[in-house]
Amino acid sequence: MVSGRSDMPKTPTPKMPKAIKLLIAGGFGVGKTTMVGAVSEIRPLRTEETLTDRSVGVDDLSGVEAKSTTTVAMDFGRISIGDDFMLYLFGTPGQERFWFVWDELARGALGAVVLADTRRLADCFPSVDYFERRGTPFIVAVNCFEGAPMFQLDEVKLALNLGPDVPVLLCDARKRDSGKEVLIALVKHAYSKRPAAVS
Amino acid sequence: MNDWNGDWNPDEERLLDAPTVRPYVIARGRTEAQDRFDLITLAVTIRPTTGAEIGLDPEHQAIVRLCRRPLSVAEIAAHMDLPAGIVRVLLGDLFDRGFVAVQEPQPEVDVLDERMYRAVLDGLRAL
Repeated sequence: MVSGRSDMPKTPTPKMPKAIKLLIAGGFGVGKTTMVGAVSEIRPLRTEETLTDRSVGVDDLSGVEAKSTTTVAMDFGRISIGDDFMLYLFGTPGQERFWFVWDELARGALGAVVLADTRRLADCFPSVDYFERRGTPFIVAVNCFEGAPMFQLDEVKLALNLGPDVPVLLCDARKRDSGKEVLIALVKHAYSKRPAAVS
Repeated sequence: MNDWNGDWNPDEERLLDAPTVRPYVIARGRTEAQDRFDLITLAVTIRPTTGAEIGLDPEHQAIVRLCRRPLSVAEIAAHMDLPAGIVRVLLGDLFDRGFVAVQEPQPEVDVLDERMYRAVLDGLRAL
């Protein structure tokens, strides 16, 4: 027989970790998924969000077959923090026109890493703008590509017109230790920016 | 499947025109539950299915099997190769019928919690 919620046996809900979301943003090809993969305990997975008209009614299936649906793929990884917390790292979709996905990803996110490539610094402007506007704590991590011009971090900060309190650091997105340092810097920064601390 | 092989291009970002009919059929055309769960809402099975339940599709059963350990909506979607929105609909069914429990993510207000920051920092340092 089919049990509804009212007559189902009471099962104790197992203790579950709390999930925390961190974002890795930046321009196309800057190494977002590489960084996710370097620190994740699972191989990066890919999930897809479908852009459809979410107000479509239950019975309104007319035209589904002809509907042009945009699917945005996001790569993500996971780090368990003991039994209490589960950290999810999402690479944001590179095309900034997918704001609906950005908004969903940013909701409840602890903070974001904006990955920058000094050869194409402008590629990370939209991410910086987005997190500034939304008030999401973020740091900038300059991925050191071989052959890329080396800049002083201050120059990068100036070029990106960042506030004095936004940390900028160098990283190698392929290396686990480097990714780990970046995440630690982000969580520390988010901690300093939490509402209780800024008041 | 979304498993990666050796030849993946890490920053390949795909914009797909996915076949949408099958997912719509699985969700029976429902899209209204899509905003119900976050991508990182965790689900865990609290009551196994017997396979004889009315109204549970193979996809429902697959979620019940997958969630023996807590998994996020995003992970379920990736493992099942379904759009996250469809997984939200199916998960809503399972939650309403008492097969799974869900844990909403740390809400933004809880971001004040000092212990959480400390635990996360310690956890990251120990990686």
